Amino acid sequence: MTDLAPLPAGSGCRDVPVLKQRGQREVFCGLTGIIWLHRKMQDAFFLVVGSRTCAHLLQAAAGVMIFAEPRFGTAILEEKDLAGLADANVELDREVARLLSRRPDIRQLFLVGSCPSEVIKLDLARAAERLSAAHAPHVRVLNYSGSGIETTFTQGEDACLAAMVPVLPATDARQLLVVGALPDVVEDQMLGLLADLGVGTVRVLPARRSSALPAVGPNTVVVLAQPFLGDTLAALERRGARHLPAPFPFGEEGTTQWLAAVAREFGVPSQTFDAVTAAPRARARKAVAAATETLRGRSVFFFPDSQLEIPLARFLTRECGMTAVEVGTPYLHTAIVGPDLGLLAPGPVISEGQDVDLQLDRARAARPDLTVCGLGLANPLEAEGLTTKWAIELVFTPVHFYEQAGDLAGLFARPLRRKAVLKAGVPA
Amino acid sequence: MKLTVWTYEGPPHVGAMRVATAMRGLHYVLHAPQGDTYADLLFTMIERRDRRPPVTYTTFQARDLGADTAGLFRSACRDAFDRFRPEAMIVGASCTAELIQDDPGGLAETMGLPVPVIPLELPSYSRKENFGADETFLQIVRALAKPMDRTPQFSVNLLGPTALGFRHRDDVEELRRLIESLGIAVNVVAPFGATPTDIARMGAAHANVLMYPETGESAARWLEKTLSQPWTKTVPIGVAATRAFIGEVLALAGRDALVDESRLRLPWWSASVDSTYLTGKRVFVFGDATHAMALARVARDEIGFEVVGLGCYNREFARPMRVLAKEFGLEALITDDYLDVEAAIAAAAPELILGTQMERHTAKRLGIPCAVISAPVHVQDFPARYSPVMGFEGANVLFDTLVHPLVMGLEEHLLTMFRDDFEFHDAAGPSHHGGHAPRAVAEDSTGASKPTAEAPAEPVVSTVGVVWLPAAENELKKIPFFVRGKARRNTEAYAAQKGVTAISVETLYEAKAHYAR
Repeated sequence: MTDLAPLPAGSGCRDVPVLKQRGQREVFCGLTGIIWLHRKMQDAFFLVVGSRTCAHLLQAAAGVMIFAEPRFGTAILEEKDLAGLADANVELDREVARLLSRRPDIRQLFLVGSCPSEVIKLDLARAAERLSAAHAPHVRVLNYSGSGIETTFTQGEDACLAAMVPVLPATDARQLLVVGALPDVVEDQMLGLLADLGVGTVRVLPARRSSALPAVGPNTVVVLAQPFLGDTLAALERRGARHLPAPFPFGEEGTTQWLAAVAREFGVPSQTFDAVTAAPRARARKAVAAATETLRGRSVFFFPDSQLEIPLARFLTRECGMTAVEVGTPYLHTAIVGPDLGLLAPGPVISEGQDVDLQLDRARAARPDLTVCGLGLANPLEAEGLTTKWAIELVFTPVHFYEQAGDLAGLFARPLRRKAVLKAGVPA
Repeated sequence: MKLTVWTYEGPPHVGAMRVATAMRGLHYVLHAPQGDTYADLLFTMIERRDRRPPVTYTTFQARDLGADTAGLFRSACRDAFDRFRPEAMIVGASCTAELIQDDPGGLAETMGLPVPVIPLELPSYSRKENFGADETFLQIVRALAKPMDRTPQFSVNLLGPTALGFRHRDDVEELRRLIESLGIAVNVVAPFGATPTDIARMGAAHANVLMYPETGESAARWLEKTLSQPWTKTVPIGVAATRAFIGEVLALAGRDALVDESRLRLPWWSASVDSTYLTGKRVFVFGDATHAMALARVARDEIGFEVVGLGCYNREFARPMRVLAKEFGLEALITDDYLDVEAAIAAAAPELILGTQMERHTAKRLGIPCAVISAPVHVQDFPARYSPVMGFEGANVLFDTLVHPLVMGLEEHLLTMFRDDFEFHDAAGPSHHGGHAPRAVAEDSTGASKPTAEAPAEPVVSTVGVVWLPAAENELKKIPFFVRGKARRNTEAYAAQKGVTAISVETLYEAKAHYAR
C-alpha cells in the first residue's frame, strides 16, 4: 500500500466536532430507492401510496427509463380518499387485486408509504397484513415508508430491507450475511472473492428473487456493503445477528480492509488472503492511478446526498491524493462509518444535515476544485465556475470492490478532464 | 385512488414553479417536505437552467409535525426574503403541507414583509400542473397589474410562456419579431423573463396576445374584464394560423401592415414535387390541447397528411378538442393515461406519431416514426439552435420536424421495388437514421419483420378472429413496413365486412382495391 497516504495519527475524524445545521435540505426522499430496488428484486413490485408529486418524483428520478412493464407505480390519493380512510383502504385493496391479477409474476409486493399517506395516518402495516392474508401464499405483502418526512434518499433502501428482516427464516448456522443492494455483476465478483477466501456460507440481502431470501440467527455475522443501512442493521441485531464493522469496499484500500475484517472473523489464513487479493489489488491500484493523475492535489467538497460521502471522502483523500474541504452527509452513523472516519485525516469540516443556502455560501467561499452535489445544484454551480460531480451517479453506477475502483475514481476525474478539454468557454 | 406509472402533468405546485422560475425578482416559498426539492432538477437538468429555481422549501420532517411547522414556514419565509430580496413573493403548500393546513398565505400576511406576498391555493389532490401554472400567473397578475395610461403606440403583452415549456424561449422571440414588424410594440412578455415590476405595468398595453391558453388564459380573461384589454384567440402555429393571427392583431390595432413572408418556406417545401409522397400519410396527434389541435391542422392542411387520431391529456380543454376532432371525423382521445394513448395508437396503426416525450417511447416500442410537438418534454427537446414552432419560422421548423422522421420519397419507392434486397430492405428503416431502424408496425411474433422470413407453417389468427393464410401473410410482408400495419388492418376490416374468415392473397388485393384512394 505504498501509494496510500500515511494513516492519520490518533482517531482520524472519529472524534472531530460535527457541524449540524437545520434549514432547507436539498435531497431526494426515500421513494427514490425504488428506482434501483425494483431492478434488483426481480419478482417484487413497489406500490407507492401517495400523491401526484410522488409519481412525478419517480419519473423525474428515473429519467426516461419507462419500461414496457415497470415494477413500480403510484396509487395516487384523490380527494375522496382523504375524506374517508375506510374508503381509501377499499380502494387500495381493489388496486392491489387488479395489479396482482395482471402481474402473476409478482411474488413480493411492497406498499410504500409517502408523506401524504403518513400524514393522514393510512395504516399500511395493517393493509399489508390484510393483503398478505388475501393473496397468500402466492404473494407476500410488506410495507415500509419512503416518505420525505422520515427518509432521505438511500434511507428508502434501509427502510425496505428493514421491513424484510422480520420475515426472514431463522437459522443457527454460522454464516456471513452481506447487506445492501449491489449491481448483480458486482455482487458476483464479491461472492467470488469470498468463496476464494473460503469464508463458507455467504448470503446476501436483498436477494434477487423472493425464493432466495437469506436466513438469520445468532450465528449470523452481518457485514454491510452500503453505509446507509442503520435500521436494517438494528433489525438484524434484534434477530441475534452480530455486526462486523469495516471500512466500506470503495477503492483498493477500502475493499482490502472490508475483506480483511471478514477474513479475520472467519479465520482465513493470511497466505490465502494475500494469494486471493494480490492480483485484484494490483489491478485496482493501477486503474485508480490513471485517474489519480487528474485528481491529485485537488480539493473536493461534498454536499449531503446518499450517506456514501464519508467512505468516498476516505477513498478520494487516501487513494487519489485529493484534499477534502467539507464532507456533508444527511446522517452520520458513527457505528457504521466509524472505521472510515478513523482513516480520514483531520482537516475537513464534517457536517450532518443541511441548510443548503449556508452550505452554498461555504462552497462558494472555498471554491473547491470539485463539488459533489445533487442534480438541482450541479448546473447552477457550474454556471458559477465550479466543477461538479452529480452525486446520484455514485448510486446508479457499479462502484464497489476492486474491479470498479478505477471506474469510481474515473467518475470524479471526468468532470475535471472535461473542463480541461473544452476550449470554447462559457459566456458569462 | 388510481394506479399511475407515469404522468403527463406534475402536481399543481410544479406549475407554480414553472411560473416562478420563468420570472425574475420573484421568490416562491413552498411549504413542503424535503423530497419535494426533486422539482429543482426538472429546471436545472432538463432545461439546463444556469441558476436554481427561486424556490425555498421549508422541508419539514416528521418530528416537526407534532411541533411547530407554522413557525418553520415563517422562518423560511423571513430567511428567503433576507437572502434573495425579491420584489414580490408567492407562498403556498405542496400536497403534504396542504394536509397539515398551516395556511401559508395567512401566515405570510401577518409577517409584515415589505413586498407584495401573493398566496396560492392549489388543490393538489384534484388539479394538476397546467392548472397550477395558469392559476399562479392569474394570482400574480391580479395582485400586481393595475389600470394605467396606455402606451402612445399600439402595444400588446405576450401571455403564457413559462419555464419548461415546449419551445417557449424561441416562440417568444419569433412572435416579438413578427409583432414588431407590424409596427406594434411588445409591452410586457410574462411570465417568461418578467419581473413583478413588469407585471405591474401590463396595464399599459392595448391588448394581449395569448400564446399558450393552458398557462395564460385565466390571466387573459381577468385582464380583459378588469383592464379592458382584448386578447387574441388564434394561436399562431402553422401558416394559416399565423396569417389569421396577424389579421386578428391588426384588427385589434385598427391598422393595416405589409406582412413580410419572405422567410416562409413551408408552402413551397410542401408544394414541391419531392413532397408528393407525403400525401395521405396517416398521422396520430396527441399532446397538450393547444399544440395537438394546431398540429392536426398543420398536418392535414399544410403538409397533406391524414389525421387518424387526435387527443390531449389536459381535460380542461376537452371541449374545443372534441369539436375539432369531430371536424376531422374523429373521436377525440381525452386521457392522462399513457397506456390508453398507446392502445389507441396501436389500433390506429399510423405512419407517424406527433406527441410528447412519452409518445416517443411508445413509438419506439411500436416501431413507428415520431416527432415531439408538445410538453412534457425531455432534455433533447430543448435544442441549442433557434427552433420556434410559432410564426413563419415556426412553420418552417414544423415542416422539418414532421418530415424528418419519415422515409424519404424516392427511398420509399425503391423499398417497394426491391423488397428483398439484402441491405436495402424495409426493416432497415430510413437511411438517414442510422441505428434507429423502426420495427415492423403492429407485427406479431411470427418473425414477420424479417424480409426473408420463412413462410409461417400455420395460418395466423388475427386479433379480430380472421385467419391469414400463409401465402397472404407472406404477401403482406412484401408491403413496406410503414404501410403494412394499415394494410393488415384494412384487409381484416374488409374481410370481416364481407364475412370472409380466411384471408387469401386475393382478399388482400381486393381490400387494396376497395380502399384505393
